[in-house]
Amino acid sequence: MNKELVEKIKNDPNYQELVSKRSSFSIKLTIAMLAVYFAFILTIAFKPALLGTPLSADSVTTVGIPVGIAVIIFAFILTGIYTKRANTEFDDLTNKIKNAIKEH
Amino acid sequence: MNRTFLFLVLGSIAVFASGAIEGEVQKQALNMSAIVMFLIFVSATLGITYWAAKRTKSAKDFYTAGGGITGFQNGMAIAGDYMSAASFLGISGLVYMKGYDGLIYSIGFLVGWPIILFMIAEPLRNLGKYTFADVASYRLRQTPIRTLAASGSIATVVLYLIAQMVGAGKLIELLFGLNYEVAVILVGVLMILYVTFGGMLATTWVQIIKAFLLLSGASFMAIAVMAHYDFSFGALFTHATELKGIAIMSPGGLVSDPISAISLAIALMFGTAGLPHILMRFFTVSDAKEARKSVFYATGFIGYFYILTFIIGFGAIVMVFKNPAYLDVVKNAVDGTSPILGGSNMAAIHLSHAVGGDFFLGFISAVAFATILAVVSGLTLAGASAISHDLYASVIKRGNVDSMKEMRVSKIATVILGIVAIIMGIMFEKQNIAFVVGLAFAIAASANFPILVLSMYWRKLTTRGAVVGGSLGLATAILLVILSPTVWVKILGYKTAIFPYEHPALFSVAVAFIAIWFFSITDKSENAKEEQEAFEAQYIRSQTGIGAEGASH
Repeated sequence: MNKELVEKIKNDPNYQELVSKRSSFSIKLTIAMLAVYFAFILTIAFKPALLGTPLSADSVTTVGIPVGIAVIIFAFILTGIYTKRANTEFDDLTNKIKNAIKEH
Repeated sequence: MNRTFLFLVLGSIAVFASGAIEGEVQKQALNMSAIVMFLIFVSATLGITYWAAKRTKSAKDFYTAGGGITGFQNGMAIAGDYMSAASFLGISGLVYMKGYDGLIYSIGFLVGWPIILFMIAEPLRNLGKYTFADVASYRLRQTPIRTLAASGSIATVVLYLIAQMVGAGKLIELLFGLNYEVAVILVGVLMILYVTFGGMLATTWVQIIKAFLLLSGASFMAIAVMAHYDFSFGALFTHATELKGIAIMSPGGLVSDPISAISLAIALMFGTAGLPHILMRFFTVSDAKEARKSVFYATGFIGYFYILTFIIGFGAIVMVFKNPAYLDVVKNAVDGTSPILGGSNMAAIHLSHAVGGDFFLGFISAVAFATILAVVSGLTLAGASAISHDLYASVIKRGNVDSMKEMRVSKIATVILGIVAIIMGIMFEKQNIAFVVGLAFAIAASANFPILVLSMYWRKLTTRGAVVGGSLGLATAILLVILSPTVWVKILGYKTAIFPYEHPALFSVAVAFIAIWFFSITDKSENAKEEQEAFEAQYIRSQTGIGAEGASH
């Protein structure tokens, strides 16, 4: 990639939009995943009894079971949300950037 | 509540990953249905290898299957690469023993995947060709960075291979009634055949088939268990607590002090994102879009698999525990705790017999063997690529080497790694290898991951910073593992450990990042300036894929 092309892409508003939207989206989702996981693991470290509370008085199933399964499903949903947006919106922007260089 | 914590978790990483079976195992009688199903699997995969060999014509085919694998196939192959026999038998065994703690453990192994998607997968695909060192050395000096990245890769691969081979030998001895040495040699030879002849294409399909078999078998077991309880989790848990007590429904001793909890979390997350055989899979797809889909499907399959292992563990409590058919009478006479034959890691295997008889036991045993083969093949291919592509082609030959020659070197490297794995597997049979996988994850998290992620996102990274920081991360990880309770106390026999925690990642990862930062920002050389200026072009390619490697078909 030569200097001229680098400058051209860098100044392309589509590129700027792609980078700023994608970075902020990735960072938000990363923080969401870390927050949920660390909340879970630190609850176990500090207050394990919380997750050991039965769901109802006559149930042996504890709060921890749905919470644990929910963490797994949450991780999967996050990857789905990211993939969907990236494969449509971000890829459209990427294609616009690629087309803009071809025109030259 | 008895909270004897951490050494359990951290020790258990090692135990599980190190191969499902620890200690002495008793050789079983020859299991015919298992052997027949295993032979079917082997002939099918050797057939695929033959087919793949005819399509593996260039180095690109060899390393990346030509780059034409789809996102769905790659997601399945990643799952096949990541779900080892250790996680299948080990995690279901942990659930069987400790209930809820098994779930905590499997969640740790899953949460690295979204992070890989959000931060690593796309830039990796857009910048790299065959190995993650391609990305790390993109704008830095080739020789030092490739040497360091290849050392990190080879160390991770060899440690992981030792663990898999020892686990494989013991598991096969137990399941098939073969000799330990015979089992290890068999695994080594099959793996060499798949990888040298079929390269990445054969390895990928072995992993896909294995993932399919493992997911189907585990689904069948989980459904069979749930059908007994009219698909009511409440009824299953109630029965399980009647047998094992109410404590299995709550967090037990797995994680207790926050330092250890965080250190473990960092090792699992960043370690997963630094495993060379996992990173290499992203070069097999055509572009960033397929790379994303790969992670999406892989996360789905792996998450689903962990939910199944949780049900299987509880299923084993209700159907295997205290079932006279699986009771280890000799041990029970000694300790009276109703241990099962072969130890708790055999819980899923016994459950397969309880729900499906000899035939299904044979199927699950064959799947366990297939699982080991798929994982060791992926590992060996990653190790061979580090040797041929990074060390031979880039460092020794300075990039002046034709693709056929490079492929030949990687085939030779595969054979050597296979022989090393067999020898190590036999040498370590009676050794305590509990620290081995923990160390592999620590090295991946402390050396591979920081260099990779900073080379992608941090403009100011220089060769000096990466080399000093990466080496310090690597050295700190190794040193702290040696000084930790697992090695210092349990293997070397000292009274107290110098480093009190089982897992070094929190400290060694921090050392790596701080050192990379410090030695980069203080680097005022001409070279450093050029490397920082080259960031812009690299970043554009990493974000857009302009100029990236395409598929060869």
